[in-house]
Amino acid sequence: MTLLLVGLGFCLLGVLTSALPRTYRVPVTASCAALGCALAFCAAMRVLVTGDTVSFHTTLILPLNGFAMTLDPLGALFIVATALVGFASCVYCIGYVRGELQSRSAMGLFVAFILSLLAVPAASSIATLMLFWELMAVSSMLLIVVEHRHRREARDAALWYGVMTQLGAASILLGLLLLTLRGGGQTFTEIKSHADALSPIVRSSAFMLVLLGFASKAGAVPLHVWLPKAHPEAPSPVSAMMSSSMVAMGVYGIIRVGDDLLHGGTVWWWIAVVALGTLSALYGALHATTSTDIKRLLAYSTIDILGLVLIGVGAAGALRDTGHPAVAQLALMAALLLVVAHAGFKGALFLGAGAVERATGTRDLDQLGGLIHRMPVTTTIFALSACSIMAVPTLSGFSSEWLLLQGLLHGFTDASTPTLIALLVGIVALALTGGLTAVAFVKALGIGFLGQARTLGAVNATEVAPTMQIAMALLGAVSIVLGLVPGLVVPLINRAAQSGLSRSTMSPLARGTGLVLAQLRGAIQPAFLFVGAAAVLVAVWLINRRLVHRSARRVDAWGCGRDVQTARMQYTATSFGEPLQRVFADVLRPQSDVELTHVAESRYYEQSLKYQNQVSDAVEQFGYRPVIDAVLRGGKAARRIQNGSIHRYLAFGFVALLVVLVVLA
Amino acid sequence: MTSSFTATLAYSMPASALQIVLVALGGPLLLGLMAKIRARAEGRVGAPISQPLKDIRKLLSKERLHARHASVVLPLAPIVILAATAVAIGIAPLITTHPALGASADILVIVYLLLTGSVAGALAGLDTGTAFGGMGASRAMTIGALAEPALLVAVIALSIQAGTSNLPAIVSSTLAHPNWVSGPSRLLALVALVIVIIAETGRLPVDNPATHLELTMIHEAMILEYAGPELALVTLGGAMRLGLLFSLVANLFFPWGIGSNGSLVGLLVGVLALALKTSVIAVGVSLIEIHSAKLRLFRLPELLAGAFVMSVLAVITGLVTR
Repeated sequence: MTLLLVGLGFCLLGVLTSALPRTYRVPVTASCAALGCALAFCAAMRVLVTGDTVSFHTTLILPLNGFAMTLDPLGALFIVATALVGFASCVYCIGYVRGELQSRSAMGLFVAFILSLLAVPAASSIATLMLFWELMAVSSMLLIVVEHRHRREARDAALWYGVMTQLGAASILLGLLLLTLRGGGQTFTEIKSHADALSPIVRSSAFMLVLLGFASKAGAVPLHVWLPKAHPEAPSPVSAMMSSSMVAMGVYGIIRVGDDLLHGGTVWWWIAVVALGTLSALYGALHATTSTDIKRLLAYSTIDILGLVLIGVGAAGALRDTGHPAVAQLALMAALLLVVAHAGFKGALFLGAGAVERATGTRDLDQLGGLIHRMPVTTTIFALSACSIMAVPTLSGFSSEWLLLQGLLHGFTDASTPTLIALLVGIVALALTGGLTAVAFVKALGIGFLGQARTLGAVNATEVAPTMQIAMALLGAVSIVLGLVPGLVVPLINRAAQSGLSRSTMSPLARGTGLVLAQLRGAIQPAFLFVGAAAVLVAVWLINRRLVHRSARRVDAWGCGRDVQTARMQYTATSFGEPLQRVFADVLRPQSDVELTHVAESRYYEQSLKYQNQVSDAVEQFGYRPVIDAVLRGGKAARRIQNGSIHRYLAFGFVALLVVLVVLA
Repeated sequence: MTSSFTATLAYSMPASALQIVLVALGGPLLLGLMAKIRARAEGRVGAPISQPLKDIRKLLSKERLHARHASVVLPLAPIVILAATAVAIGIAPLITTHPALGASADILVIVYLLLTGSVAGALAGLDTGTAFGGMGASRAMTIGALAEPALLVAVIALSIQAGTSNLPAIVSSTLAHPNWVSGPSRLLALVALVIVIIAETGRLPVDNPATHLELTMIHEAMILEYAGPELALVTLGGAMRLGLLFSLVANLFFPWGIGSNGSLVGLLVGVLALALKTSVIAVGVSLIEIHSAKLRLFRLPELLAGAFVMSVLAVITGLVTR
């Protein structure tokens, strides 16, 4: 515990050092925060390895209720994921920071954001949790508007995010307060001991309120609208933290309250979680295939992956009391492994997107191209992480999706009908998102990094600073480790899942470097598969070398007889995603416009052709806009009574007085 | 431990190597057979069945040509395609139910190894920086994205019956329970899988492998810039993919003949049985091809959605009737 507190202390020191003069500010602050992350990582790893729960309580910081922190394996796992990305983001910052993020307030907020993310999973009372939760919300909201001078969209995004996150926080607070009705105490231990005494209605409504808040933080559809706006607008290290760590806090909250504090509750809670997860996975994956802004694409894919995580969490909750505790634990382990894997690859992808933005000045895939020739390191790491998210075997995305499939598949044996349907829907979602994710990331990689450069910005791009490369490589390595030898982290994840389900059953996975189900049939050995693939590669290379003596000659590509192949003739991200956009037009609701102007002399020749295509968020357009419009209309209507006439105001006062008198009489 | 290790060394590893060699030779032969049947149906003599193998050999000795703007992805992709497909073939239960790494031969591994191959091909198409490469990549990925879930869910229907998603285990338990084969769940899954393999291997009515018009191409457009040895590897990879998918359908729905006891005779019988079964499927697929015209690109989702619905129905009937 001391280690974690010292770590948090270093982060706090980082907040203070952000007041230093410009020359020292960034390196000193980022180093303090990186050191804090490293210490928090060690503290959390110790808890995960030994399985001991440590706590800390003081009344010095929050005088009335006390400040309570407990580090158990479940929270420790989320701290490990956060600390990894936090450390990398801080290292990245040293090379990245220029312009707005360099300012005193922005650096301070960035470190405060990391501090809050490290502290949320360790908070063990309502007051402590809400303190850090709000610190996380406020600091991240302000970080979104850091670059608002250059990008007007940032203001809109911050407003959406601020409103949604505050509504969510209010919902969480209300739900947690409902839980204190019986016992009165606000620490998690007290809530846990009195949870069974609460009436089922109170428990269910509390869980639903809390779920609403946490699911909105996790970006679950239809509460996701802030996410694709906010994540792209924040500076890239902040986006990386938000996307790989902050959204995971929503998942943490659901597991903590539903599984730990309320001991599982009823099956339909978890079916609701699976339903949210399925919606998010499909919706996120679909939108990722049509997005052309690289960071927006990544944000939608975050919704997709978090949806899969929620499916795992929901399946674990639905199966925990059905005589399949091992399968429930398996599903929860899959969800947790996916959280850690996602932190690795999504962190690297966002940092990579930031490197591209820094080097070319744009995030629009249609303006990029050919970066593999100019930014080989960034391209390699981006490609590796993209392969991981596409679930290429022997990388981390594959290990976690395999585990998730096993959790869903083995739950089928004698589950109740509602659970069965939920599991089936989960499997279908997993299958559908696989292909869609591949389309999205082939597009990001192929259009953005391969081919010919489409604009001057892409032509003049150069490789980014070494610290940025190191940071990206660090997160890329997570994909390789979790992919090749996932068995190494299985004991740790098993501990976290056990503490989440508050049970100590046997691990559903056997020991070893691969993932091997202990009692059930199913296994993957990614390391062996890799060796097999390497053997084939060596064989192909030997044969190929014998057959091919000459090096390759460069020739022009086939242009149907035309000599010149310009960069503008290439397929763009928009055209790449167009077939799927057309197939799923009912869900995506694309708005396309063709404007054709003819020459005055003849209708057979056109003067100009204008084509517009836009895919906006259908949920926002048809779910949120009407509500916002109604509120605005109400506001406008109310404004009519204030026309500035003093006589009217006096009349209002008089009428009000009369009404009061009548009511009192 | 030692005995299982020696068994792996003496039986499973040679068997897996044999599977890879067999499919590497057999896949092109299946292509040749299908071309021959089509030619005969059209009243032509047609090229000999071994023509694709000869083509590959010829291409291997040609000069290497790379498109001007291509990067390292272009020469790397064929190797990745070949390696991913070969590993999938090596671990899948094709001529024996005990291949090397058979414990890792999960459906998800096979499906995602095939997806890895598709991704590598699509990236190579985009790497050339031309309109056709991108067009082919976009179309191939779209069809793949719609076909892959149907493939996965169809095989999951079988794995629910067997209680595992491990392919050798599914094949073994089908051998032990012959009555499973005629169940409604299997039949639905079979229809779904046949549609999927037609889409995944780029046959009519999804894609026309013999087309010469760039605008109608899917797979051919994607690999338009390949020439010489690299084209040979891509073609070989495609043929091996076809061989693997045909063999998987054969063994999942009609596993008899596969070597299951670890003897050499069983292995030889397995080879013959696999050759026979895949030839029958090849004849069936070419009959479908002869009698169908290429579908419009935007009609394909309906076909693939049909396959997907059928595979979901297969899972549901499997759950209801178990």
